[in-house]
Amino acid sequence: MKKVFGKPKALQETPTHYCPGCGHGIIHRLIAEVIDEFGIREKTIGVCPVGCAVFAYKYFNVDMLEAAHGRAPAVATGVKRAWPDRIVFSYQGDGDLAAIGTAEIVHAACRGENITVIFVNNAIYGMTGGQMAPTTLIGQKTETTPFGRNSKIHGYPIKMCEMLSVLDGTAFISRVSVNKPANVIKAKKAIKKAFEMQIKGKGFSMVEVLSQCPTNWGLKPIEALKWVDEKMIPVFPLKDFKVKEG
Amino acid sequence: MSKKILMEGNEAIAEAAIRADCKCYFGYPITPQSELPAYLSKHLPEKGGVFLQAESEVAAINMVYGAGGSGVRVMTSSSSPGISLKQEGISYLVGAEVPCVIVNIMRGGPGLGNIAPSQSDYFQATKGGGHGDYKMIVLAPSSVQEAADLTVDAFDLADKYRNPVMILGDGMLGQMMEPVEFKKSSKNNLKRKTWATTGAKGRKPNVINSLYLQPTELEKVNKKLQKKFKSMEKEVRYEKFYMEDAEIAIIAYGTVARIVKTSIEYARKEGIKAGLIRPITLYPFPRKVIEDAANKINSFLVVELSAGQMVEDVKLAVNGKKDVYFYGKLGGVVPSPIEIYEKIKEIALSSRKK
Repeated sequence: MKKVFGKPKALQETPTHYCPGCGHGIIHRLIAEVIDEFGIREKTIGVCPVGCAVFAYKYFNVDMLEAAHGRAPAVATGVKRAWPDRIVFSYQGDGDLAAIGTAEIVHAACRGENITVIFVNNAIYGMTGGQMAPTTLIGQKTETTPFGRNSKIHGYPIKMCEMLSVLDGTAFISRVSVNKPANVIKAKKAIKKAFEMQIKGKGFSMVEVLSQCPTNWGLKPIEALKWVDEKMIPVFPLKDFKVKEG
Repeated sequence: MSKKILMEGNEAIAEAAIRADCKCYFGYPITPQSELPAYLSKHLPEKGGVFLQAESEVAAINMVYGAGGSGVRVMTSSSSPGISLKQEGISYLVGAEVPCVIVNIMRGGPGLGNIAPSQSDYFQATKGGGHGDYKMIVLAPSSVQEAADLTVDAFDLADKYRNPVMILGDGMLGQMMEPVEFKKSSKNNLKRKTWATTGAKGRKPNVINSLYLQPTELEKVNKKLQKKFKSMEKEVRYEKFYMEDAEIAIIAYGTVARIVKTSIEYARKEGIKAGLIRPITLYPFPRKVIEDAANKINSFLVVELSAGQMVEDVKLAVNGKKDVYFYGKLGGVVPSPIEIYEKIKEIALSSRKK
């Protein structure tokens, strides 16, 4: 029988620890497929975050470093500067990248570090049990905003693609989603473009992936997919914010 | 270059790092160590290395983690407040067993303090500093020559133990110029670093990590680390000065030990038999030599540019057998040889009365 579908080589055989309906599994797979398609598995080095994806090194079949909370872009900088011919990516959540690690992500982007960042935005802190994230929507209830996020008290959701795309060092900045098959296909395309930018030495690339968190949103998996469409995308529009040509 | 040249301590450490095959440097400017990154920004790229001024000390130490985890020789440097900022990263470096060299050219604290010489980071350097049970080898040079020599050793020791090594100097050492000869050099051996994340070519993936959720697993990791820290004890180094017939032993490290040598010369002229034990490694601490001295001599005097930090380790080594006196200066004030001599004389007179 002809094999038409299998696990990417860039993923390991391991049982998942992610919740049912979570987007991380899809995003892991898309990255692994891209690594396989470029044939770069043996020269790719990944950096894991602190958050739900803290165990990313148990899934990817590439060399990986576990970074301190928010510091993945600095760790990735260290790896890439030491080995400029390797392909280096970081995988970070919204708390990691857009709260505690804002200095590191802004300056890695500003320097035009030739790395790829996969930024998973699910508008909530997953691993610690559903607290407000820097990307939590106005009115969204979380463990630490029990009456909903109030801009007067908690400020506004942070828009990383919009911020980083104005920096000269960025080569490719795109926001995608994995809440339906058509969006998954677009997400794969963006991730592939981001890695391609690094392979071509164009500079900093980041793909923000809107991802569903049914567990901490208190929704059924199917409702969570709809919530991304109805609530998240209006605040975080899906598009390429920056594509460095040439 | 085998002839002696005149150089600042900060620059000598930088040049020695290049000769020790340091491939990457990440740092953030802070007085009184800024000449060190300035030197490397010019000379490290000439040798094919990487100099990067990070956005913060926090970013710099995490860049060290990335480069060191990927197997290259890497260094960062800072001064007291900046070293405080690096503590989280240092804990991760130890936890993930990433070798690197960290230079602390100490200044007065707490808080922003000042930019004058101090030794008030002894506890932070030797007792852990960041979170978790850990140690690192701490080397305390007292001259520009020794700073250069110990920098080369620091890279070798870091690789040998897969652990960060700290060079602990003070603002005086960093800023003063002395003749120095670069006698030592060393090369990184990437082949031996089979654990490094260099790309999983023809092997299983390597992981640089300090996360172990299962308590029994983390217990095992900690036991292994503690065994390693214990094994570092054989790296102990110290210098003895006039200790053969000494009745009073002065314990001091770094530049302070040099001032103490002059005070000892004054005391000897007055017939007071004073000697010096100068720890060169602060961790491992030269406990045994002080323990042995406690059986022969009358009393100890610890001199530090702090409110009394190393004195606790001296007391542990002496273990109540003899009196341990302390003389310290605070806030970046440096004692004169006469001041220390007066203290030695006072102790000598009081022990004669006994």
